[in-house]
Amino acid sequence: MTRFDPSDDSVVVIIGSGAGGGTLANELCQKGFKVVLLEAGKRQSSATFHNDEWFAFNQLAWLDKRTTSGNWQIAKDFPNLPAWTCKTVGGTTVHWAGASLRLQKHEFKAKTTYSNVTGANLLDWPLTLAELEPYYAKAEYKMGVTRTNDIPGLPGNNNFKVLYNGATRAGYKNVHTGRMAINSRPRDDRSACWQLGFCFQGCKSGAKWSTLYTEIPKAEKTGKLDLRPESRALQIQHDKQGKATGVVYADKDGKQIVQKARIVCVACNSIESARLLLNSSSSTFPQGLANSSGQVGKNYMRHTTGSVYATFAKPVHMNRGTIMAGIVTDEAELNLKRGFAGGFELETISLGLPFAAAFLKPGAWGRDYTRLLDQYVNMAGMWIVGEDMPQESNAVTLHPTEKDQWGLPIPNVHYDDHPNDLAMRNYAFKRGAAIYDAVGAVQTIAVPPYPSTHNLGTCRMSENPGDGVCNKWGQTHDLKNLFISDGSQFTTSAGENPTLTIVTLAIRQADHIAEESSKKNI
Amino acid sequence: MVEKRNDGGNMKRREFLQKGAIVVAGAAAVVSGVAVVGNAGTADQWTAGLKTLNAHEGGTLLKVAQQIFPHERLDDSDYIVVVTDLDAEATTKPDIAKLLRDGVANLDSAGSVKFADLSSDQQVAVLQKNENTPFFQKVHSTELVSLYNNHTVWKKLGYEGPSYQLGGYLHHGFNDLNWLPDPPALASP
Repeated sequence: MTRFDPSDDSVVVIIGSGAGGGTLANELCQKGFKVVLLEAGKRQSSATFHNDEWFAFNQLAWLDKRTTSGNWQIAKDFPNLPAWTCKTVGGTTVHWAGASLRLQKHEFKAKTTYSNVTGANLLDWPLTLAELEPYYAKAEYKMGVTRTNDIPGLPGNNNFKVLYNGATRAGYKNVHTGRMAINSRPRDDRSACWQLGFCFQGCKSGAKWSTLYTEIPKAEKTGKLDLRPESRALQIQHDKQGKATGVVYADKDGKQIVQKARIVCVACNSIESARLLLNSSSSTFPQGLANSSGQVGKNYMRHTTGSVYATFAKPVHMNRGTIMAGIVTDEAELNLKRGFAGGFELETISLGLPFAAAFLKPGAWGRDYTRLLDQYVNMAGMWIVGEDMPQESNAVTLHPTEKDQWGLPIPNVHYDDHPNDLAMRNYAFKRGAAIYDAVGAVQTIAVPPYPSTHNLGTCRMSENPGDGVCNKWGQTHDLKNLFISDGSQFTTSAGENPTLTIVTLAIRQADHIAEESSKKNI
Repeated sequence: MVEKRNDGGNMKRREFLQKGAIVVAGAAAVVSGVAVVGNAGTADQWTAGLKTLNAHEGGTLLKVAQQIFPHERLDDSDYIVVVTDLDAEATTKPDIAKLLRDGVANLDSAGSVKFADLSSDQQVAVLQKNENTPFFQKVHSTELVSLYNNHTVWKKLGYEGPSYQLGGYLHHGFNDLNWLPDPPALASP
């Protein structure tokens, strides 16, 4: 096991081991960089995962207290759980469903394409699809995305059969089992999918790509990775010249350690990344680190989501097999005639009985609700994932009074649905119901958003340093050797599940770090 | 019947489900571990196993639990597990014991007869009036996990749960739906 000394200031410190941080760590190690990877959570494995929703939730989820505000339903239903992300080695790649979609050309130009959406803080990415394409190809190859690189699609399960028949009868043309980072055949020393039905709980077959058992062990093999689980980053330090110099973290015993660094990369998922920068304020940077624009924590996006479930006269058994077993992409295309900007995907989703009871109608009770749960076996489900509008007032901020066990302010997550988000969600609810009605649904129900798994935008990329936190490489405008390496870089949310793009940006960022290092620029 | 349940860390998850002031962080994990459900033939027999709540409180909570998530396919023993879990928490947390006791007393004072003796419709009406109380929310959030994470309940409601021990659903019906045509191979290889 490689260990670097805390005083070794030649290491790159990466905070967070998920899609962004885990990938970046491996890419940099492969290039010969010494990397210290700090991860707040413990290391699990396919052997220690449990096919049990509540057990796995407690084992993997980020449960530190947060508060919420705003008019989003989450603030009512789950006031202390705005997000469903992970605190474990591999981060939320342990929990994700595997959908791997490229952003579309026009989505990089949201401001130009959608023009002026009142109340939205839209901005064009400082990047184009063309610039990212070679890196998307690398990410798809790395992750083994189905329907790319001659990798066949996954076989559809029962939930997909319902979606496929309903969607095609409702007139949709683009319906298939998706582009998934789940092996449809053995690849990269990992098995093909067993159709376990517990993608969200950590994949026990290892068929689903996760940095936990791909990037991280590969990085460890180079001898260049010092992975430190149960290490909670508290503050990023800097010198008088405005260069990041190290990270203060608490180890599993609560001991605070300063790890020196030549480069610091922040990949803690959008809520904690913003919080860490805000909690790293100093006399030089009183608004928080990398926050001369005032945009750190702002423009928090979580995708316009929601689900549609339906019951049928005959069994479906949606719990059997991959959670995101198929997709309808027709509504993701650019189409401003529907009364809202942006597009959305419809993807199958399923919940086991324990989570169905908790999430189908949060807080519900009584005979009407249990009649629905009685139909569990005959139920099919789909998830809506669409572009939401960045709003400056939707923000991660430091709580004015409540502090965590290290005395640092906890985050508050404020989110108001934009009228565009509501219009899209309502439209998507109707389209989802139409799909199930086309195959004889007995009952359809529109389910409000779950705690957010797609957390984006709180350290967004911008061409102009006044509009955002980092440039098109994820390098912060204010500190040359401080990088943002997760979904918080996203300038806008686009309508696609974000992981593939996070991985793509991490691969690209590693190239940039290597180039700038060789030029002695950082 | 001994039902062994894998429910480590029950408290955390219940508390995030509760609305309002109760929070996730700092919740102590109370693990009931093994819930022993004896012969549920009479109230006396099962309530004798309660550690903190008395027979009347246990019996009333049983009725409450049955009204919150009524399922014809379930029987008393499934709901007794919920009351047993509430009792276990009340045993380690005096504030929870008080919340439950006071809550039962409050329900009993709502009508001319005690809650358990009201008609089913009357019980529902009383609970509707109380659904925003911390008492109701405590029972509701506990039951949500206790009832629906009980493997016996899974079987009765048709949820199959894990398939790892079978090698997944790959050869156990993941695509056996036959009341709709199979999608073409291009869409679903």
